Amino acid sequence: MIALEKLSKIFPTSNGDITAVDNIDLTIDEGEIFGVIGYSGAGKSTLIRLLNMLEKPTSGKIIIAEKNMADLQGSSLRKARQEISMIFQHFNLLWSRTVRENIAFPLEIAKLSKKDKNARVDELIDLVGLTGREDAYPAQLSGGQKQRVGIARALANNPKVLLCDEATSALDPKTTDSILELLTDINKKLGLTIVLITHEMHVIRKICNRVAVMENGKIVEEGPVLDVFRQPREEMTKEFVKQITEPEETMEAIRELMKTGDTSPIVKISFLGEDAEQPIMTNLILTCGVSVNILQGKVSKTRDGSYGTLFVQLQGNQEQLNHALSYLKDQQVQTEVMTAHE
Amino acid sequence: MNEIFENINWANMWEATLETLYMSALAVLATFILGVLLGLVLYMTDKGNMWENQPVHLAAAAIVNIFRSIPFIILIILLVPFTTFIVGTMLGPSAALPALVIGAAPFYARLVEIGLREVNKGVIEAAQSMGANQWHIIFKVLIPESLPALISGITVTAITLVSYTAMAGVIGAGGLGDLAFREGFQRSNSDVTLAATAAILVIVMILQWIGDRIIYRIDKR
Repeated sequence: MIALEKLSKIFPTSNGDITAVDNIDLTIDEGEIFGVIGYSGAGKSTLIRLLNMLEKPTSGKIIIAEKNMADLQGSSLRKARQEISMIFQHFNLLWSRTVRENIAFPLEIAKLSKKDKNARVDELIDLVGLTGREDAYPAQLSGGQKQRVGIARALANNPKVLLCDEATSALDPKTTDSILELLTDINKKLGLTIVLITHEMHVIRKICNRVAVMENGKIVEEGPVLDVFRQPREEMTKEFVKQITEPEETMEAIRELMKTGDTSPIVKISFLGEDAEQPIMTNLILTCGVSVNILQGKVSKTRDGSYGTLFVQLQGNQEQLNHALSYLKDQQVQTEVMTAHE
Repeated sequence: MNEIFENINWANMWEATLETLYMSALAVLATFILGVLLGLVLYMTDKGNMWENQPVHLAAAAIVNIFRSIPFIILIILLVPFTTFIVGTMLGPSAALPALVIGAAPFYARLVEIGLREVNKGVIEAAQSMGANQWHIIFKVLIPESLPALISGITVTAITLVSYTAMAGVIGAGGLGDLAFREGFQRSNSDVTLAATAAILVIVMILQWIGDRIIYRIDKR
């Protein structure tokens, strides 16, 4: 559906060139939700703006639905843009138009008849759950409702691709979840390809099939979300994965515990999907004779399965401990013995 | 009433008021159209905008600055040949119009440019991402989204224009300024001057009230 080939974007400034996107190759399949995560300044915003030519590439190809966007100009570019919609962090609604008129905006551009336009707007208002708010102005809406208008507006001309530029970053956690649910819903119902950029791992975890991690204009790691969660290779990726698997307090608590001189090993156990259902803890206690002190645990649900981490402290004599550690190694789980300097 | 304003010819006063209203109304209309056009050119040709064009931008800015800095009373005199050519005479209310518009439109164009710059760039970008062309962006985004600023700008300009008509009166354009100068000042009838001032005051207050009402009704932010 989308193929980026050797894509680069360089911004010339008085202090030298800034390479925002550095020679990126990437393929995104039809109907998938693809996430790009990175800190601000990583180039992800430039990358998504290249997809609909809000930024012109310095070099490389952007192929969407068999067309190289970089070759398009004037009316053919505007035509292509109707098939690639975008939603924004700050919604970018027209304050002078009501909900209904905002949603009608792209339909006016596409020159629909008044009757078709009204019918389509009604459909969209229903789809995004804004029935009853049609005649409100953006200033009268909450953030979540504004983004729903943004989504309805983006879907108006039946696009093939939806680009989400930090679409939930200005929303509170609860509203973020409801918008993410709406996006998942639309993806299923309409078979729409969604590309989103974010700095929140939570968003990736919740709705993406695949993820790419960006740093300094390059994609440093890419793959199915569950794989990246299980085995993050790059330092940057590990940091993002930690955002949801290891709350800050965990490490603090563990450090405190180690300071007290307690030498019992602390083990981090990571498990996936069905592993979570095996009675590993029970077996550990029964067969190895250690006692298990659970410090912290968390299971995160991703689109394609769950991923969990558990921090435990094992207590017992040296022989029992060795037995316990080798038992854990034999299971389908990943274990890591925490050390004081971490 | 007639004892206080003993020197006032009410028929003349009414006629002068109508002349002032006539000059102001036509000048405001023409200033609005010309100012919006010039303001759009200033904005659109500026750096980073759709018609980015440094020479055109600088030329437009130069015209605006030159006409904005000429004192109005001098501008009228400078424009005498131009007015005579266009209107055929340099006396009467219609003869004041070219000078009024040329004096006020550049000022209003700057206010339009400021108003357009306040339009959220993100909204323009959103329109572009939906496949809008430049005319869609001008007529469906820039103008509607800056309308309160355009209206408050034209209100301020209209009030300036009313005082310009008074000055134009001095060189024979008629209206309340002319009345106050010839009947009031030159014949030492201070009651006429006072009444003409009051009439102008009422016009200005009504203009401001209309402007405020319109903005109140259209501003949904």
